[in-house]
Amino acid sequence: MDIAWRKNVDQALAEANASGRALFLDFNAAPL
Amino acid sequence: MYPNDRVATFIAENFIPVKIHIKEQPDTFKRFGVQWTPTLLTLDSDGVERYRFEGFLPANDFLAQLALGLAHTAFAHEQWREAEGRFRSIVQDFPETDAAPEALYWAGVSRYKGGDPAALADTAKQFQSSYATTSWAKKASVWAIR
Repeated sequence: MDIAWRKNVDQALAEANASGRALFLDFNAAPL
Repeated sequence: MYPNDRVATFIAENFIPVKIHIKEQPDTFKRFGVQWTPTLLTLDSDGVERYRFEGFLPANDFLAQLALGLAHTAFAHEQWREAEGRFRSIVQDFPETDAAPEALYWAGVSRYKGGDPAALADTAKQFQSSYATTSWAKKASVWAIR
């Protein structure tokens, strides 16, 4: 299954607040 | 990044996922006090951090950590029954992981908070036969009825 990653934390926070879902934040340094 | 399909499915089904790269968003690293990669955070829907862990893990350990994040979120919201159920599922589904004894400990606390005064002593007894050498067993040992 593909993961629909977001990049904007504040937009994701607003989305979480509206939907009641938890957030998963992945801080990484993988090769770009 | 997440080649394991079980991990990808769990993330997709349970979270709004956000990927933050050190070179693209250094200010976001500072905002959340992240100093190493990978660092993984679970936030509740109000944006409050409820759990974090660092470092790469095998799939089962990773899944168990993600599940701990959801269980701790339910605990923080005083949803005792849901929290206990989530913690017990971790013990049942991922018994070989480091998350399992932590989950057993917090399952007992959740049950106690939910109104069962026998929960802590029962948990201490469980730790005598399971995960007895872990720090969580030491923490629970004070609950044992002598």
